[in-house]
Amino acid sequence: MPKTLFEKIWDAHVVLQEPDSPAVLYIDLHLVHEVTSPQAFNGLREKGLPTRRPEQTVATMDHVTPTIELSLAAMDEQGIKQIRQLQANCRDFGIHLYDLNDPQRGIVHVVGPEQGLTQPGMTIVCGDSHTSTHGAFGALAFGIGTSEVEHVLATQSLLQNRPKTMRVHFEGQLGAGVTAKDMILALIAEIGVGGGTGHVIEFTGPAVRALDMESRMTLCNMSIEAGARAGMVAPDETTFAYLRGRPSAPVGEAWEESLDRWRNLSSDPGASYDQTISLDAAALEPMITYGTNPAMGGPIRQPIPTPARESDPDRRAALEKTLRYMDLAPGKPLQGHPVDVVFLGSCTNGRLNDLRAAADLLRGRKVAEGVRMLVVPGSGNVRRKAEAEGLDEVFRQAGAGWRHAGCSMCLAMNGDQLSPGQYAVSTSNRNFESRQGPGGRTFLASPLTAAASAVAGKVIDPRVMCGDVKREE
Amino acid sequence: MNPFKTLTSPVIPLLRDDIDTDQIIPARYLKVTDKAGLAEGLFAGWQYLDDGDPNPDFPLNQPQYAEAQILLAGDNFGCGSSREHAPWALAGWGIRAILATSFADIFYNNALKNGLLPVTVDTETHAKLAAALDSAPSLEVRIDLPAQTVKLPDGTEAAFPLDPFSKTCLLEGIDQLGYLLKHEAEIAAFEGSEE
Ligand code: SF4
Repeated sequence: MPKTLFEKIWDAHVVLQEPDSPAVLYIDLHLVHEVTSPQAFNGLREKGLPTRRPEQTVATMDHVTPTIELSLAAMDEQGIKQIRQLQANCRDFGIHLYDLNDPQRGIVHVVGPEQGLTQPGMTIVCGDSHTSTHGAFGALAFGIGTSEVEHVLATQSLLQNRPKTMRVHFEGQLGAGVTAKDMILALIAEIGVGGGTGHVIEFTGPAVRALDMESRMTLCNMSIEAGARAGMVAPDETTFAYLRGRPSAPVGEAWEESLDRWRNLSSDPGASYDQTISLDAAALEPMITYGTNPAMGGPIRQPIPTPARESDPDRRAALEKTLRYMDLAPGKPLQGHPVDVVFLGSCTNGRLNDLRAAADLLRGRKVAEGVRMLVVPGSGNVRRKAEAEGLDEVFRQAGAGWRHAGCSMCLAMNGDQLSPGQYAVSTSNRNFESRQGPGGRTFLASPLTAAASAVAGKVIDPRVMCGDVKREE
Repeated sequence: MNPFKTLTSPVIPLLRDDIDTDQIIPARYLKVTDKAGLAEGLFAGWQYLDDGDPNPDFPLNQPQYAEAQILLAGDNFGCGSSREHAPWALAGWGIRAILATSFADIFYNNALKNGLLPVTVDTETHAKLAAALDSAPSLEVRIDLPAQTVKLPDGTEAAFPLDPFSKTCLLEGIDQLGYLLKHEAEIAAFEGSEE
């Protein structure tokens, strides 16, 4: 029987499958951060349980950490408590921690791949929904709750019902100024925030093959915003080239052996999926969201939908409510709408190539008067590499703030946040009500669109500034 | 975990689709290291007015629902972040079951691990219940877990799906970790074969 990539990894990790029970699935790599783990470690302590395989768990701190300076002095009491607790938990249970001042520290989903911890064929979990990011390497990676964090710490296993599979095929190639972020926003707009529920998505097709690893991570990262359990891309030479030489990647003979194994990790010809969706990458345009979930978006020049045209009364009411929260007029495109804040960062778009793309656009330009732009690299590594290339100078010259690594305004737990009523173009992944600060309003878009909008002081198609599209309409 | 068998309770209507876990409990309430006290942040963006006072229009603040243990939501309840603080906050407030036409995966799993029953009802039953609540806000619904049914006051009964394993865990108040620990030998054998 031909198998999909998902089926190959799943089957290779089932420890036990009793009738009428979920499978016991073995977990190769477990990632931990400060917000979703304290109660899991408390549970181990209460039950007197050790960690089964501490060397297969790695911890970092990212959600509550400050970005202005890397010191506890810049944090509130509760945040400090979470940091201290993670430090104590990692010490007591023998888990490697990228501590606050560790040069490798960063957002959990940026650090794993960067360190070569994330590898093809693995099962990877973290108490964080964007664990789907790691699927870019052809791993089965998904977010779990805190109870499950405790299960993995204690048994290196999880109870899981087998998900269904969905193939998302991108035909053709992306046009200039259109990115992986636009691909995933287009998919979510098409299938909805619940469209992938119960499924693991495999991204296929020429447009996906042409993406570099960082872009594949962007694509898989937001699979969860379509409700999918995980997103994945079969590994290929691009994957192997990225991994080679990373600190935790295999070396020598082990590398060759791994390569042999990894090369088998594509879906077999004729393998079947529970669902298949095809999109034309060449027809995609820069995308932006206008609403309060990631599916409420569309091409940047397209008008915002009109509630009156919505025939379903529930959907009409939901759209009205959203537009009220966002204080937007229906029927007009978002392009041209004033912007207060631009956030470049997060595990979706806080990697080196994202920063490069934005810096290329900002070079020799200025962030518009009255707009606050925050650039937050995804990890200490990304930050240092960007500085080595002089990107920090480009951002500073343009008038943007250059910060330390962390989640920052993606979820606004560390003090970086919108004020009530402010509009932000954000490269992060969620535009939920108040996600980026109580009363804040978020337009999700690519780093290119974010940078261009910072310069224009309003939402703008980045292709106008790259010279790919003649003029603003 | 407390066992769950049957539950008869008024139903709090929160008829929106795609209620994400950022709405159930905003990130600013997640700076905790235990599970207690989260109810304060439950639906914080909707529960309170700008000045911090309770919003009288929000169903959870209305006196007829003070003792209610069932929530009625729309489609795709619990999407977004994996935070288990969401079911902790709901359970902390006193909610024991949620009726919705569908649930997001991670939330569904998290809820079951905290004795909070996610009940998936068909759209017809959902619409009927929503309409009934509209005219009689304090009507009561009965959930029968062993029979896997929801019973409306007019006598309508609807079956709901639940995998047998989760059902047993809920009925007996079993923690899933116990099951995994029981299979340590198989896990060890698997690890041996992998190396
Ligand atoms: S950057 Fe945002 S989405 Fe990513 S892990 Fe941090 S908070 Fe979660």
